[in-house]
Amino acid sequence: MTPPSGDLRREILRSMILVRVFEDQLTRMVREEHPPPGIQILSTGQEAAVATILALRDDDVIVSNHRSHAHLLARGADPRDLLAEIMGKATGVNRGKSGTLHLIVPEVNVLMTSTVVGAGPPMAAGSAFAQQYRGQDAITVVFFGDGAAAEGSVHEAMNLASVWKLPLLLVCENNLWAGAQPLRVHCAGEGVASRAASYGMSSERVDGNDADTIHDATLRLVSEIRAGEGPALLELATYRMHGHSEQDPQHYVDPGELEEWAQRDPIQRYQERLLAQGICGEAGFEEMWREAESAVNEALAFAEGSPDPPPQGIMEHVWAPDIPMDGSGYPVEREERRGRAEKGEG
Amino acid sequence: MRTLYGGQAVNEALTVAMETDDRVFLAGEGVGVSIHVNPMGPTHGLLERFGDRRVRDTPVSEAAIAGLAVGSATMGLLPVVEIMFFPFVTLASDMLVNHAAKLRYLSGGRTPVPMTVRLKAGIGFQAGCHHSHNLEAWMAHAPGLKLVFPSNPADMKGLLLSAIFHSDPVMVVEDLGLYRMQGEVPEGDARTPLGRAAVVREGADVTVAAYGGAVGMALEAAASLQEDGISVEVVDLRSLVPLDRETLLTSVGRTGRFVMVHEATRFGGLGAEVAAMVAEEAFESLAAPVRRVAAPHAPVPFAPVQERAYKPGPEDVAAAVRSIT
Repeated sequence: MTPPSGDLRREILRSMILVRVFEDQLTRMVREEHPPPGIQILSTGQEAAVATILALRDDDVIVSNHRSHAHLLARGADPRDLLAEIMGKATGVNRGKSGTLHLIVPEVNVLMTSTVVGAGPPMAAGSAFAQQYRGQDAITVVFFGDGAAAEGSVHEAMNLASVWKLPLLLVCENNLWAGAQPLRVHCAGEGVASRAASYGMSSERVDGNDADTIHDATLRLVSEIRAGEGPALLELATYRMHGHSEQDPQHYVDPGELEEWAQRDPIQRYQERLLAQGICGEAGFEEMWREAESAVNEALAFAEGSPDPPPQGIMEHVWAPDIPMDGSGYPVEREERRGRAEKGEG
Repeated sequence: MRTLYGGQAVNEALTVAMETDDRVFLAGEGVGVSIHVNPMGPTHGLLERFGDRRVRDTPVSEAAIAGLAVGSATMGLLPVVEIMFFPFVTLASDMLVNHAAKLRYLSGGRTPVPMTVRLKAGIGFQAGCHHSHNLEAWMAHAPGLKLVFPSNPADMKGLLLSAIFHSDPVMVVEDLGLYRMQGEVPEGDARTPLGRAAVVREGADVTVAAYGGAVGMALEAAASLQEDGISVEVVDLRSLVPLDRETLLTSVGRTGRFVMVHEATRFGGLGAEVAAMVAEEAFESLAAPVRRVAAPHAPVPFAPVQERAYKPGPEDVAAAVRSIT
């Protein structure tokens, strides 16, 4: 394996650190007196997945899932826009309509994020179809988990994508947990990558806590996909260090198992390797952590200082603007308003 | 004006859309090569004409078909996908209800989903309840989905064209019985606007609203009631979401009586919404209770004698009108 360039490896590390700092901030906030609204679903321990994103081109398209922060931040989404959205603010990237669960950031080609487990792959196939239809050599990358691998929609998408040779990379972050169910009780066979064979597509299963390995495997599969050989499946064997969400106390997890995986922390491992290979020194690491903390603090100040969206904004963005509709489900009619006015109700 | 069959009208809409705009493509089970050879069929000849880049036969995978539409529409294409029979839409429902309908909203208005789904529907072809089940009330209950249900060849063409070039997802229900109905159809890119009902027969005593094949029933009933001196106004709703409240209320305001007709089951059906809206908005105009004509709350039966009894007919519409006049 040829490791990525020193610059790129430092970029991968910087990206993993930003994700960790961003999500640690959320972990702290959940325990505070006034936690952010809703549930927080984090990728803590799975940050090496950013190496997949950093192996792509800017015009490649990402479809993410409920555990999306690593994908979005690696792609370059602004932490301020994300945190404001997570806190339900008017300045959020989706104007407070999405929250943490469905973050959509078109300007960095994160086409959508679906929280319906397994829903991403069929839509990602649609995105890849659009790229193929237009004769582009950009590809679509969709992230899903081991739990989603049990959804029929994932299999429908793999079959369609392979029959049509769509430029689609399916990335399964196998973190060994689907809710409170460990892999052995919800997933038949040996992991997920082996399923690719039945759809006639290439696959690789790699150490999901090793950013260099992930980057290398992504490049290999992506070059096949761009060459028109059809979709491929990449399985990242990793581990969910936190609960399904921050509200999940993980009472069903063996503490020894958590301790064991903590030894394989993707950031710690990567720092050690880059240090040993002379790619980056302690001062460089410190600077990266400091930069990340400063970016997250700035994001927090921005989000906390942002207004809530107005309650009357509920009907915004439901429909195309050319036929305005009101909350009754009927179109807003000039004539109808006039009629009401004549009856003295307007 | 020349006349076409309903199936030909759909075919012409697809042809015009594909000729007009390269972003338009078709996908579905058998939209290219079908097990049926029907020169009057909605997608007949399109594969030969436009090629397999734009006319795509899919695996038997409704979730993937609908996902294909959602994903490609968010990328700027104008997909037109087909669900072979309306009840199969349940297999695609996550893509439609949770994604097509909600992505504009979830993105804060940044991700329109300009896709069209053609749903082939109908009761009366002895296929039983896995092929016959009108679920338009389900679709209408999902904010973000638009829904049209034409009753004649001109609107089958015109509403489909409007749907294809509209920036929201639009479900277009095609009543299979109407594929064999003849009617005048304007040539070219002749669109029927979304959200506009049509008064298809003027009358003074009672308003009957219907959509799809039920409009024909209402017109037949109106003709027979005319012989008894009852003057019926028939409103073809045709666009169910958005629904043209104004045209309907104007009509009810004039006639003072209202009957809602559809082929779907009565309980929780679209007629319940329309009847409630009329009762709320036009109560002072009403001289009699609102009536609904719809199917019983049972799956569509197979035995032909039961299926005929199940499906509402003109005599049911006439009886409902007589009961309030």
